[in-house]
Amino acid sequence: MRVMAQLAMVMNLDKCIGCHTCSVTCKQAWTNRAGTEYVWFNNVETRPGQGYPRTYQDQERWRGGWELNRRGRLRLKAGGRLKKLLTIFANPLMPSIGDYYEPWTYDYDRLFSAPATEDTPVARPRSLISGEPTKITWSANWDDNLAGGPELAPGDPVLKRVSDQVRLEFERAFMFYLPRICEHCLNPSCVASCPSGALYKRSEDGIVLVDQDRCRGWRMCVTGCPYKKVYFNHRTGKAEKCTFCFPRVEVGIPTVCSETCVGRLRYIGLVLYDADRVAEAAAVPEEKDLFEAQKSVLLDPHDPRVADAARRSGIPEDWLEAAGRSPIHKLIFTYGVALPLHPEFRTMPMVWYIPPLSPVVDVLRDTGHDGEDAGNLFGAIDALRIPVGYLAELFTAGDVEPVRAVLRRLAAMRSYMRRLNLGQEPDESIAAGVGMTGEQVEAMHRLLAVAPYGERYVIPKAHAEQGAQLEELATGCSLDYAGGPGMTGPFGEASGPPAPVAVENFHALRQRQAGDELDEADELRGRVNLLNWDGKGTPEGLFPPKRKRQDNS
Amino acid sequence: MNVLLWVVAPYIALTVFVLGHLWRYRYDKFGWTTRSSQMYESRLLRVGSPLFHFGILVVLLGHVGGLVIPKSWTEAAGVSEETYHVVAVVLGTIAGVCTLGGLAILIYRRRTVGPVFTATTRNDKLMYAVLTLVIVLGLAATVMANLVGGGYDYRATVSPWFRSIFYLRPDPALMAGAPPLFQLHALSALLLFAIWPFTRLVHMLTAPIGYLTRPYVVYRSRDDMRAGSRTPRRGWEPSR
Repeated sequence: MRVMAQLAMVMNLDKCIGCHTCSVTCKQAWTNRAGTEYVWFNNVETRPGQGYPRTYQDQERWRGGWELNRRGRLRLKAGGRLKKLLTIFANPLMPSIGDYYEPWTYDYDRLFSAPATEDTPVARPRSLISGEPTKITWSANWDDNLAGGPELAPGDPVLKRVSDQVRLEFERAFMFYLPRICEHCLNPSCVASCPSGALYKRSEDGIVLVDQDRCRGWRMCVTGCPYKKVYFNHRTGKAEKCTFCFPRVEVGIPTVCSETCVGRLRYIGLVLYDADRVAEAAAVPEEKDLFEAQKSVLLDPHDPRVADAARRSGIPEDWLEAAGRSPIHKLIFTYGVALPLHPEFRTMPMVWYIPPLSPVVDVLRDTGHDGEDAGNLFGAIDALRIPVGYLAELFTAGDVEPVRAVLRRLAAMRSYMRRLNLGQEPDESIAAGVGMTGEQVEAMHRLLAVAPYGERYVIPKAHAEQGAQLEELATGCSLDYAGGPGMTGPFGEASGPPAPVAVENFHALRQRQAGDELDEADELRGRVNLLNWDGKGTPEGLFPPKRKRQDNS
Repeated sequence: MNVLLWVVAPYIALTVFVLGHLWRYRYDKFGWTTRSSQMYESRLLRVGSPLFHFGILVVLLGHVGGLVIPKSWTEAAGVSEETYHVVAVVLGTIAGVCTLGGLAILIYRRRTVGPVFTATTRNDKLMYAVLTLVIVLGLAATVMANLVGGGYDYRATVSPWFRSIFYLRPDPALMAGAPPLFQLHALSALLLFAIWPFTRLVHMLTAPIGYLTRPYVVYRSRDDMRAGSRTPRRGWEPSR
């Protein structure tokens, strides 16, 4: 047994209102740069819908993730090592910018520079890729809230698989939101696809990262990831992906997407797993067994044998303790309500989801039934085959039983807690009906509904003895770099020696103060965007340049 | 003049090539990339890029065979001059034409596809010009020598000169007598080697051969990556 720790996330889909705050704050924090305009480390998809990039879940087309070869062993679905190297000059399976969307800006300058005319000047859209005027035909959330439903929703690869029983009657459409980040898989196929070995899984916390210094832009990781969560920065020619906000979690605070989630639907914590068993579990022949296999790799942190093995593997004591309090472990095992996204890709994803009961409740309420009654809910879960089948295609490779069990537990919690709220006697039989005790149901309700920050996010800090290595604390003089910090080197975008983070911040701030566009601020040089001015100092351009005093004396 | 062209220039190019790469690797690891433009356009790339790259790999192998391996070795192995010549000319011409064709497609793509053209730097344009020049001259030398002169045995002159550079006993006289096209090809190649470390061509030196043997999933510890995975400069190591 080789015990490793993994930071994992659970998202409670019932609470997602599709506000995209997570996406926007993530983008502000990580991908508001030239070259990453189309990159959404976090995105929120409406289901049914095509997802982002379009139809990414259709692995017959994109060939991401793993498959079993004839001898029953794991193989990258896009082909083995040799095939990867032979197709390195033109990757046939890479999505083009059109599969994402062509990012654009507007000709804002026209609003100011247009001469006085009868008509109001218009800011026309302009492509950020080619710089040409463009027509906006697609974006990261074009089918948000089932927009374009009858035309677009049938393109959903998941819907296609359950389609024999689906009639997309839109007056009765079910809909929910699916926020997605990188899955930080236990068996990451992006890492396995990288020819230069630049992608790696951090052994301390299992976060999958791209070493920007070793990435050579071979683009195989984009193909390898079945969730299409590795993006290609088209300006720097390097792969970029969700970092699980490692600079934040290293100091014990949650990721930006979790921190800013208004529904408070995200949970972060540790799970312990047996690294020796990952490959074996990912290779079980039957796809429907993958969910259970994935659970079987995770270890019980309360088991003294596991704790011993973990100590032998060098996991610090406070991390073990955090693993014991992990909300993730509770949601997966103790309450058994969290499911992985697409286990059939065989990558062992570590962002789990609590499937939404709301489509079921909505249907009940709309048909005039009591949506909180356990009996009604149980009956509806069994009768509503479309939502349940759809959820099963998302979370359990099509096996409806685990999904049904989770939904029944959520339904039982609803009914049980309503009785308590109304001051009635607790009905143990509701809890017993789903294999729980009333106490457990109440604890689950607390975790799902009212748990405070400290219970939702149990994130042990990275070890302090490594503190001096954190970049912000560099002991060197941070301005003492050749060529001047923040300068663009001779080889294009951000080439040149590394600048410590603090210096970059300093110069980014200066740059922001002097321009209001992400790139090409040339035409605005000399003007100050007061909205971005932090009130400190007088940035260049705030006042007109000083004229040299003429010497008349 | 001969000494300048066939002794001084090669050593300068070689020095710039080696030191340039060392410097670039230390100074600009982040810029060490293919800077692929496949995101923007893949239809032309799918034809042009493999055509060019596989072509140039065969050309590279041909140059290793022709320049590095002495004539006496191949003859000792029982390959006669005629056989060698026919094989070299036929393979070389096919590979050369593929390379040139691929390059033509790629340059056409670079010029006509808007986003790709926007992403092309001045550095790229210079590199493309020199690279095209080298390939055209090389192909011309081969074709002309065989069409007009009935073959030229560069293994008696160019190859020994090439090797003599590495023995540190350069012999400019060998090269002085070579046909002008061969001379020009060699000179343009020297220019290409001299600008190589400063262009996107550096990606060739990190061809990911290691992928064939490494384990699929790479684990790395935070301990390996102090100060953002780069080794701090001497004198600036963090205190322990």
